[in-house]
Amino acid sequence: MDVRAQVSMTFHLDKCIGCHTCSVACKNIWTDREGTEYMWWNNVETKPGTGYPTKWEDQEQYKGGWQPKGETIQLRVANKASTFANIFHQPHLPTIDDYYEPWTYKYSDLFDSPEGDDQPTARPVSLITGEHIDINSGPNWDDDLSGSMIYAANDPNFNGLTAGQKEAFFELERMVLYYLPRICNHCLNPACVASCPSGALHKRGEDGIVLLDQEVCRAWRFCISACPYKKSYFNWKTGKSEKCILCFPRLESGQPPACFHSCVGRIRYLGVVLYDADKIEAYASAPESELLERQRDMILDPHDPEVIKAAEESGVHFSMVESAQKSPVYKFVKEWKMALPLHPEFRTLPMLFYIPPLLPVLGYIEKGLYNVDTNDYFTSLDKARVPLKYLANMFTAGNEEQIQGVLEKLLAVRTYRRAEEVGDVEAGKLEEMFKKTGLTAEMCEEIFRLTALPTYEERFVVPPMHREAAAELLAEDAYDFKAEVGIGGFKDRPGRGS
Amino acid sequence: MTSDQLLFGVFPYLCIIIAIGGSIWRFTSDRFSYSSLSSQFLESKQLFWGSVAWHYGILGILTVHLVGLLIPDSILWWNTVPMRMYVMEVTGFTLALFTLVGLLFLIYRRFRHARIRAVTSRMDLVLLGVLLIQVVTGLGIAIFYRWGSSWYAAYAVPYLWSIFTLKPNVSLVSNLPWLVNIHILNAFVMILIIPFTRLVHFLSVPVEFAWRPNQLVRWYKREKVVGPGV
Ligand code: SF4
Ligand code: SF4
Repeated sequence: MDVRAQVSMTFHLDKCIGCHTCSVACKNIWTDREGTEYMWWNNVETKPGTGYPTKWEDQEQYKGGWQPKGETIQLRVANKASTFANIFHQPHLPTIDDYYEPWTYKYSDLFDSPEGDDQPTARPVSLITGEHIDINSGPNWDDDLSGSMIYAANDPNFNGLTAGQKEAFFELERMVLYYLPRICNHCLNPACVASCPSGALHKRGEDGIVLLDQEVCRAWRFCISACPYKKSYFNWKTGKSEKCILCFPRLESGQPPACFHSCVGRIRYLGVVLYDADKIEAYASAPESELLERQRDMILDPHDPEVIKAAEESGVHFSMVESAQKSPVYKFVKEWKMALPLHPEFRTLPMLFYIPPLLPVLGYIEKGLYNVDTNDYFTSLDKARVPLKYLANMFTAGNEEQIQGVLEKLLAVRTYRRAEEVGDVEAGKLEEMFKKTGLTAEMCEEIFRLTALPTYEERFVVPPMHREAAAELLAEDAYDFKAEVGIGGFKDRPGRGS
Repeated sequence: MTSDQLLFGVFPYLCIIIAIGGSIWRFTSDRFSYSSLSSQFLESKQLFWGSVAWHYGILGILTVHLVGLLIPDSILWWNTVPMRMYVMEVTGFTLALFTLVGLLFLIYRRFRHARIRAVTSRMDLVLLGVLLIQVVTGLGIAIFYRWGSSWYAAYAVPYLWSIFTLKPNVSLVSNLPWLVNIHILNAFVMILIIPFTRLVHFLSVPVEFAWRPNQLVRWYKREKVVGPGV
């Protein structure tokens, strides 16, 4: 057993209000530089919708992630040989038009225009060329546009839905949407790392954060294609790729990442899980129907003395184990089995898990009034507006049973709370739901508390990153670094010029 | 010292020393700037025609030059039969044509698209100019002097070795046609500008990728930690 610690995440989609505060927090800190204007390390997209970059989930087009090959798996974008053959022109690379051309407005025109009959306008100019452009795409261009025949209708997750189910998405009365905030998943089997010819991308051993060493990157561009979530970006100005760093400088000083910290809906949870790295390849190569289960299996119980012993033997500090014991992610993913990886079929073993949205049941219009079946308001899944198949395509590689199991748990918690608060739920019904889902009243209470009333410390269990020890680990004598400047490589001491 | 001695005896050393020193200096002081600076993200379609033709052409040509440099007799021997010499010349010519077409495409593309112009530096233009001179003169030699390849093996290679062994023998090349001389001198200019242009990317061919494992993990230091568990 090769135990490693992974800082992982859970997003509760029912709680996301689509305010984009997370995206803006991230942008202000990390991507407000030239060359990064178009990058959104954190973005929030409307589902159904095409997302960012457009139709990123369609791997026929983008060639992201892994595909099975015999007993094992291989990158879709290129194997070793074709990496070298295609290094001069990478045939599947998205271009900036798949995202959008960043722009600003020529505000000076508002002040400098000569007097005339018309109001001057500030025309949009490209942030790349400085020339006038006509904007036809931008950040969150399809925000809230579910039901749109241009955007929602092209959602790759409609695969496998019947024509009727698809049409239903576009009927006015049934129209539905939810938000999907996305950051880098800091995968256990990252395709970006595997694809990088230079070896610039790597996982940090201590906490599993996937980083890109820009001093090693040579702009070979394979990570951009290989990441099925399109979370590695190319900086057109510096000629280096960049990606979400999970705000590791913040984590190292005990704070959650900025997108977590600023989240208005408080949908985000962060905590450590322990996993067995020996299993990565075998589990990522499992048949599609088993991927979800296997990924859960890989996560180890931090209370198990055997695991703790193996962890310490593998170099995981006990404070990490302690942190893992308090991890909200462990609870949602492993204990309650409510949080699911996004597109497990990409086989990167993403470590950002989503609690799928329990969307409202179907309403109908009667005599001009909007009605719902009140009897069944809290318990009906059959009348859910989003076909299970759609959610299954996103979170369980198409397995409807698994997604149904999670939604039933969400319903059980909801019903349990209704019984507590309003008291109009028959006892038998609740018992039946408990039996079906395997939850108990105590569990429901705990889930409810962690969902609706968690404190800051409960949502973000930031592990001790032992940054203080890192300096010691780099050299025999920590005082070697005294008075040196710079981060990372420890640059020279600033000296007196001659 | 004659001008020939300056050009063929001193200038090459200057170029090589600056190139090596400069590359090391840039690698240690500004590693971030080592990059192929690909602009495919801004324009992909035309890059295909330019970049693929250029790179495969130039790789072929450099390989032939390298073989000649290491085993010059092989070329002389090959060229003893006129038919084979034609094959050699035609191959060289085709590869050179590839590089020329590729390069012209790349130059056109760089000026044609506003987006690409936005990421073009002055040194990019210098580089394109130097490369163009090199390819055109090389192609010229292939067209105008059918025995160009034998010359390379018989004169240029011994000259290059005389440079490498620090005993420059200028007379070997100074009497060759001016086209050949430009080709030789410009080759040294090409070496000279390596550390000052995006050419540095060819110093970082990712060979290790061929055998490295899929996943890379970097540890500060991994060792067993003694805690309550062990
Ligand atoms: S989400 Fe993409 S960029 Fe992030 S670790 Fe996974 S493969 Fe790499
Ligand atoms: S800040 Fe939170 S609630 Fe707002 S869009 Fe981002 S994830 Fe959703």
